Amino acid sequence: MESKIKFVQGNEACVEGALYAGLEFFAGYPITPSTEIAEHLSSRLPRKGGRFIQMEDEIASLCAIIGASLTGHKVMTATSGPGFSLMQEALGYAVMAEIPCVIVDVQRGGPSTGIPTHVSQADVMQARWGTHGDHAIVAFTASNHQDVFNMTVEAFNVAETYRTPVVLLFDEVVGHMREKLEIPEPGQIPLVDRLRTSVKEGVDYHPYLPREDGRLPMSDFGGVHRYNVTGLYHDMWGFPSDNPSVVHGLIRHLVDKIENNANLIARYKKFHLDDAKTVLVSYGSAARSALHVVQHLRGRGQKIGLLELQTLWPFPSDIIQDVCNRAEYVVVVEMNMGQICQMVKQAVDCPERVFLANRIDGVFITPTDIRNILRLVAGKGV
Amino acid sequence: MAKPKLKEHRINREWCKGCGICVAFCPKNVLELDEKDKAVAVRPEDCIACRLCELRCPDLAIEIIVEDEHGIENKIRSGQ
Amino acid sequence: MAVKDYLRERFFPHIWCAGCGHGIVLNSLIRAVEKLGMSKNEIVMVSGIGCSSRISGYVDFHTLHTIHGRALAFATGVKMSKPELNVIVPMGDGDALAIGGNHFIHAARRNIDITAIVMNNRIYGMTGGQYSPLSGYGTLATTAPYKNIDQSFDTVQLATAAGATFVARTTTYHVQQLTDLIRRAILHEGFSVLEVMTQCPTYFGRKNKLGGAVEMMKYMQKATTPIGSKAKQKNPELIERGVFVEKEQPEYCSEYEKIIQRAMASGS
Repeated sequence: MESKIKFVQGNEACVEGALYAGLEFFAGYPITPSTEIAEHLSSRLPRKGGRFIQMEDEIASLCAIIGASLTGHKVMTATSGPGFSLMQEALGYAVMAEIPCVIVDVQRGGPSTGIPTHVSQADVMQARWGTHGDHAIVAFTASNHQDVFNMTVEAFNVAETYRTPVVLLFDEVVGHMREKLEIPEPGQIPLVDRLRTSVKEGVDYHPYLPREDGRLPMSDFGGVHRYNVTGLYHDMWGFPSDNPSVVHGLIRHLVDKIENNANLIARYKKFHLDDAKTVLVSYGSAARSALHVVQHLRGRGQKIGLLELQTLWPFPSDIIQDVCNRAEYVVVVEMNMGQICQMVKQAVDCPERVFLANRIDGVFITPTDIRNILRLVAGKGV
Repeated sequence: MAKPKLKEHRINREWCKGCGICVAFCPKNVLELDEKDKAVAVRPEDCIACRLCELRCPDLAIEIIVEDEHGIENKIRSGQ
Repeated sequence: MAVKDYLRERFFPHIWCAGCGHGIVLNSLIRAVEKLGMSKNEIVMVSGIGCSSRISGYVDFHTLHTIHGRALAFATGVKMSKPELNVIVPMGDGDALAIGGNHFIHAARRNIDITAIVMNNRIYGMTGGQYSPLSGYGTLATTAPYKNIDQSFDTVQLATAAGATFVARTTTYHVQQLTDLIRRAILHEGFSVLEVMTQCPTYFGRKNKLGGAVEMMKYMQKATTPIGSKAKQKNPELIERGVFVEKEQPEYCSEYEKIIQRAMASGS
């Protein structure tokens, strides 16, 4: 019996979450700062009859897990920015072919090889638009290990529910930091299993015909239904089609199944927002410093609160509007040049009241950094 | 086993693209392309049912149907 | 089961040009599968992008039409997650050895039980006739208007060096050998590579003034010889056909089963 309370790195919390969610197949390629995920899974997966493979590159890693998902397994890969760049082609395939899979990107500084062992949150827009063509994507993040665990489980649940790839955008600080993780009892967090078709052998099965509730029951490769899977626009049997109404219907379906459920997919945490005049919006490890600032300034009587986003895509515009339109100032705290800040500005009524508190030098953003920006925003100087 | 005897060249004219491979490589010169560039068996009596046309057809448009010594239709399996 | 039962006949006539050798590979493939008496439900065909990859649409197996060059990576995930499946991966020469070259050598190195069929027509046909890694020095292509200066891979030597445990070559002219080699490649436990020299009359043939499909097949008849033949000794330019490598080595999925046994025995 394994201990329910562990003192682990965030990458290991992700591993625990994935195994809790029912991960059965992992393919990956070593890259800092995500490598510990592969290392732990190479040991843990075969112990429960699962399978681990180290592929020749990140391209092959995502391709392999898509193949394994089609045989009916819960699958994941893990990487960092350069590897995530290589995965964009297959990510688009998973969107198009509607393959449930989870892709972890433990972010480091970019572009290119960048600053491998230092923190960054600059892959937010890459997760959104890295693959070509119109599409929707789901991306989650987390600021502490319990949430890394929870959001990893959530990623598998959402991947299965919507037949979609889900990106977990962690960062170097969360990935490498050690802190307490309490693993819930089995069943404590509900799991979404693969929805399989009830269509009998010999009866026409439509792998790409959504049910009334929007879900698409799957049939495992090797089962009784033989169909086609392709990255081309395809009909309800999975066969290529360039019929304009089929093309239009499919792209609308792919986008709408995610964007129309943005509020259902939105995960966030509210801290002291009820009467907040200054609202911090943050996510990932940056939200730890933001929360520290809020708690500190609350102690001094300032009306300041934090909205911590755990869903970055689809962008949770409704909750942003709800929280930020009531505020005098909004300060987005992130470790990039304003990727979420721009989204917040687009969402709110008064974008001129939205400010950015960031660091882009590979150094973790501190409460002092944020307080300095808050003083500037309030016209007090540093 | 008795030699298979040809009963019919079953040529799918919808699938045939008229490449002429079957015509060129028939050892007995049985096939030709017609005016619509579709393969036809013009000398079926010469056919030895070797089935090379069937095997080489890139359009999968040719089937050789043979009869056994009792006159029963028998689609022999490839290469046997 | 009749040969045609392995086809999705509703998609015929197929998209390939008149005389394209890919149709002959499809023809031989379904005959090989039929001879093996395999159930359609136990076969997964994984293909990439290009003329060759369209073969997966025409067979009534589980079919996965993927991304250019990546078919073997997808296939590795399919096979490893469900080793009881038979996985067949038809690829073009550009698909397998240019954009997919890395996946090709690593799948061979692992000796995972996948059947790779390299349909070598020496050209990128789908995009209209650009030179491929097997076009050959001195050939013409839309991107080699002054003649190609790229040297070719030897698919057989490449696959052998990379560790494939079954390596064979034939042509679309030699259909009986083609069917037989596909059958043996599928039966082989381990990574099998079958190079099929196949004609692209539309682009490679026309650009290089080689005539139509018939002339190109006659050329393949003349230019090749069985492995170790006397003709080869007289004329070293001849390309050998047959089985170059057939050996037993630990297969990847079987080896991973042992890892599972070891991991389970070691406890938590």
